[in-house]
Amino acid sequence: MSKIESALFDLSGLDALALQQSPIHRLDPRAKVLTALAFAITVVSFGKYDLTGPLPLLAYPVVLIVLGDLPPGYLLGKLIIASPFALVVGVFNPLLDRAALTQLGPLNVSGGWISFGSILLRFGLTLLAALILIATTGFNAVCLALTRLRVPRVLTVQLMLLYRYIFVLTGEGARMVRAWSLRAVSERRMPSRIFSSLAGQLLLRALDRAQRIHMAMLSRGFEGEIRPIRPLRLGAADAAFALAWTGFFVLVRFYNIPRLLGRLVTGIAQ
Amino acid sequence: MSHHIVEVKDLAYTYPGGTRALRGVSFRIVHGESVGIVGANGAGKSTLLRHLNGTVEPAQGSVRVGDFPITRKTLHQVRRTVGMVFQDPDDQLFMPTVYEDVAFGPLNLGLPTAEIENRVMQSLDTVGAAHLRDRPPYRLSGGEKRAVAIATVLSMTPDILVLDEPTSNLDPKARRQLIELLRSFRHTKIIASHDLDMILDLCERTIVIHEGRITADGPTARIFNDQNLLAESHLEKPLRMQACPICGPR
Amino acid sequence: MHMADALISPAVGATMWAAAGGLIVYSAHRLKAELDERKVPLMGVLGAFVFAAQMINFTIPATGSSGHIGGGIILSILLGPDAALITIASILTVQALFFADGGLLALGCNIINIGFFPCFVAYPLIFRKIVDDRLTRGRILAGSVASVVVGLQLGALAVVLETVGSGISELPFKAFVLLMQPIHLAIGCVEGLITSAVVSFVWKARPEILEMATLAGPGTGRSTKKFLASLAAVTILLAGFLSWFASSRPDGLEWSIERAAGKSELAEAPHGLAAALGRVQNMTAFLPDYDFRQSQKPAGRGVAAAAPAAAPAVNVGTSVAGLVGTALTLGLVALVSVILKTRTQDRAARQNPFARS
Repeated sequence: MSKIESALFDLSGLDALALQQSPIHRLDPRAKVLTALAFAITVVSFGKYDLTGPLPLLAYPVVLIVLGDLPPGYLLGKLIIASPFALVVGVFNPLLDRAALTQLGPLNVSGGWISFGSILLRFGLTLLAALILIATTGFNAVCLALTRLRVPRVLTVQLMLLYRYIFVLTGEGARMVRAWSLRAVSERRMPSRIFSSLAGQLLLRALDRAQRIHMAMLSRGFEGEIRPIRPLRLGAADAAFALAWTGFFVLVRFYNIPRLLGRLVTGIAQ
Repeated sequence: MSHHIVEVKDLAYTYPGGTRALRGVSFRIVHGESVGIVGANGAGKSTLLRHLNGTVEPAQGSVRVGDFPITRKTLHQVRRTVGMVFQDPDDQLFMPTVYEDVAFGPLNLGLPTAEIENRVMQSLDTVGAAHLRDRPPYRLSGGEKRAVAIATVLSMTPDILVLDEPTSNLDPKARRQLIELLRSFRHTKIIASHDLDMILDLCERTIVIHEGRITADGPTARIFNDQNLLAESHLEKPLRMQACPICGPR
Repeated sequence: MHMADALISPAVGATMWAAAGGLIVYSAHRLKAELDERKVPLMGVLGAFVFAAQMINFTIPATGSSGHIGGGIILSILLGPDAALITIASILTVQALFFADGGLLALGCNIINIGFFPCFVAYPLIFRKIVDDRLTRGRILAGSVASVVVGLQLGALAVVLETVGSGISELPFKAFVLLMQPIHLAIGCVEGLITSAVVSFVWKARPEILEMATLAGPGTGRSTKKFLASLAAVTILLAGFLSWFASSRPDGLEWSIERAAGKSELAEAPHGLAAALGRVQNMTAFLPDYDFRQSQKPAGRGVAAAAPAAAPAVNVGTSVAGLVGTALTLGLVALVSVILKTRTQDRAARQNPFARS
């Protein structure tokens, strides 16, 4: 499967999960957006040598995956193939920061390894939160929530239209690439010369399409503004969800729970 | 307002690139008529349709809908009266869900929420798509997309329906369902298509366009029997009217 | 070149969010004033085009490696800088949410790096100056390559500053710059050539589209100049802020993290900002000091207070407790998930006895 086809597959796969019914799916999208944001802020606010502190935060993705009935393997797979930039930059840490910070039995563990581990943990947690948000809420509901949270409508309308036409244009692009690859049997990747005329062609079609969409909008009384109509209602369950998680995040941020637990247990053992 | 005529007088249009799409077209359609507009690719059908609700301004000539000539001032009223169904439903269904798409028009008319809800569900019921209301458009089949596209227009309660190639890209069953649906409408209908069999089913009158001019305007049955006229306009008799080479007498 | 959540500190993330947010509000405001409703569908569809085109890899001539198209300059040419910025912001949001490119907190950084520099700096100051309302093949080529290269160089430099300023990665500024800038120079040349080829293609096929866009788009009028001047001031301020963090004082980093941790709480409880800030700072000061880093310092006050013994022994003790605690925490999380799982399955089974057998 070519990259463009798999991208299409990815998009519709995640969004399809949002069609499921579960207690998490039924929550108001605003509660989920705000909680995800609070989660991400909490994760990155930990010191870079703190590996144990953020661990209890794992509860958030795990609980949402279970209650939302999401496929964990699918989400983890997406994480692994996701942007390698953080890993590429992070891998320098063990090389550059060799001062021993702690010991595991006979092993000296350098600060670099710990901060590398911390980068991996942050990476996993924050990206998982984003994927879970889409899989339990759906992109359009997220857009609606953003509109209600006073994000400029120009942007949220764009998000909505972009998301609508990504499927159409990516499909068009995928068909063009397939038509090329069927005739270019020996070439594995597209030469740049071919790419630029293919992209130009796609761009012309996009411009024409935009014009037709504009006409379709005008035909139905469009006067420059697109108004969302779906009503949102914040209920007690939504507020409880957001507040309970935020409280948990604050707790985890200020008390190192794994270490307190460890102390308790090792203390009793002694 | 009582008889909803569509009157096109000496209409001409040239695209910015220099293509002369229409070179003086005139006709008049009265209330309740069902008119087919046929012609080869590039004959000017789509350009003509775009003039009928003012999405394109005429370079020459005029278009009149109901009691109003189409001008900037009457545009709003004209677009309420004329419902336009585009050829590619992907152009027409731009909202995130079917419900929101069908509600787009009524919302722009400034109707109260209850009335919008009412109209949306009624339109979806009419085209048999009520069960699709929360689906995103990219998860619909070709036939479903077309039905919803028609619902988006019905929710504006137009008096005149203008359809551009409504049967393109449909499988035979979906095409048949669409024809039955359109037949059930009492609106004035203007249908541009290459599907002459469908025109034969739905329209008692047909206008033939060739290279930006009207070459014939009259009863559908007569026009589709005029072999020379059809050949000159790069068209062919509807398949139904051709003797079947397999089962019929040779 | 997407900046990632894992590499930024909250201070940098929040600063860049604020900058990106301000920019979006500003652009949205200008777009509204422009009142060109044709742009509403155009932005959406062109955004989808850039997204789709980025998914198609092509071979970079003479190297055999693969590249993809960057959208900032093409979008600016077709839409003008304001609409282009909003469009890029929406593309980046979709990428962050669906493809885990970057992440939520790094979105601000990414909007600035990938959107602001090409649309608001490279396009008006370079492309427009070179093309200057007279379209020729040569001008399109020169303008595209120069503006794409400059846009990418600025973006790459911003990535370096943001990363170093956050202090999560150990890469020193100099080495990172020497790594990033040449790579992005090469990428920029290729992207510039491709951009020029695509723009020329459209220009040849439909000259009117480009002519209309370049003539109609905001040029280098007075308001743009004023805007650029204020932006330059903001940029310098930001750069100063970031480089101050980047200075090798560890306290600066620590401060930024603590400070921003306080800020995150403020965002959720907007009442009594100052009081809350003071409280949070007091709390953090009295909390048991679990930061491993402290043990590096000659007299690790926090650790020593927690377990009064010789430094290495303390470390062993802490790490054993840490390991046990980690295992316990993970066990607890797993337990909770198992309990929830069985409970939801029970409920599903009760509601619909035929659902799961």
